Amino acid sequence: MSLELSEPLQKVVDSLSENFSDKLVDVYQSSGDTFIRIEADALHEICLYLKNDLHYVYLSDIIGTDRYTSEDRFEVIYNLLSLKDEARFFLKVWCEEENPELDSVADIWKGANWNEREVYDMFGIKFRNHPDFRRIFLPEDFDYFPLRKEFPLLGIPGSIELPNTTPDTD
Amino acid sequence: MGLESALGEGYLTTRVDSLTNWARANAAWPMPMGLACCAIEMMAFAGPKYDAARFGSEVMRFSPRQSDVMIVAGWCTYKMSHAIRRIWDQMPDPKWCIAMGACASTGGMHRCYGVVQGVDNFLPVDTYISGCPPRPDAVLHALMKIQDKIKTEHSVMLDT
Repeated sequence: MSLELSEPLQKVVDSLSENFSDKLVDVYQSSGDTFIRIEADALHEICLYLKNDLHYVYLSDIIGTDRYTSEDRFEVIYNLLSLKDEARFFLKVWCEEENPELDSVADIWKGANWNEREVYDMFGIKFRNHPDFRRIFLPEDFDYFPLRKEFPLLGIPGSIELPNTTPDTD
Repeated sequence: MGLESALGEGYLTTRVDSLTNWARANAAWPMPMGLACCAIEMMAFAGPKYDAARFGSEVMRFSPRQSDVMIVAGWCTYKMSHAIRRIWDQMPDPKWCIAMGACASTGGMHRCYGVVQGVDNFLPVDTYISGCPPRPDAVLHALMKIQDKIKTEHSVMLDT
């Protein structure tokens, strides 16, 4: 595997493989972006290291993905940016279909709060130690996770309530 | 209005229905329910070029209590539907509703779980406008259709 990493990203890969060699699963490049996949149990530890030691102070986005595979079905992607090194890479973790759960990084990057709630809302991936863990867009009593592949495009009829069409007379 | 000189000592006969409907049809104040890009075309409809004032509908009322025609302009989510219905219920009778554009009429390109597939699922829509977004003249056309409808209604006679 030949990688053409920029200098700051090479530093990230080197220091991760030095400090977390058994947690680093895969490093690859696609369309000019760099992806680093790690073990889910080391997520919080590695994120803390990335922020404190490598200056990845800005978490641009958190994305959930339904890979629709029999093993490790869900994927969560953290889009990290270093303002100091002007470098960006994507940190990936996989989690299984039954009870997908990850550590929250909202204590490291405050902005992760809403992003994690969105990932939960759409995919049902739970985040441990999240300060305010609930749905963000859909109604609280909604029973489904709409971006999962098995969810029908037009939704489940009657799962979200429409307003009453006879006016309240009380 | 100069009518007196034309009529002299004479008089006109009409029905109260016609007189009321004439007044209502030419003062249909819109409640702009702008939800998406259609609202921009709705602004053009009220602006000087297309000039809704010619039809007596230049007064966009942001208070439901003072409006007669609700123009639902844009796609409506299930969450928003409750707010729209509430505003609709607050509008005094008689009232009319225009579903402006593909999204308000059928859900349009937003064919997904979160968007109501047409506001007629919870509102009694009188006029649908096609287009994405419709031109302001199409909104004027819909308004004229509403006026035609108003003029054929029984306004003072009680239905028994």
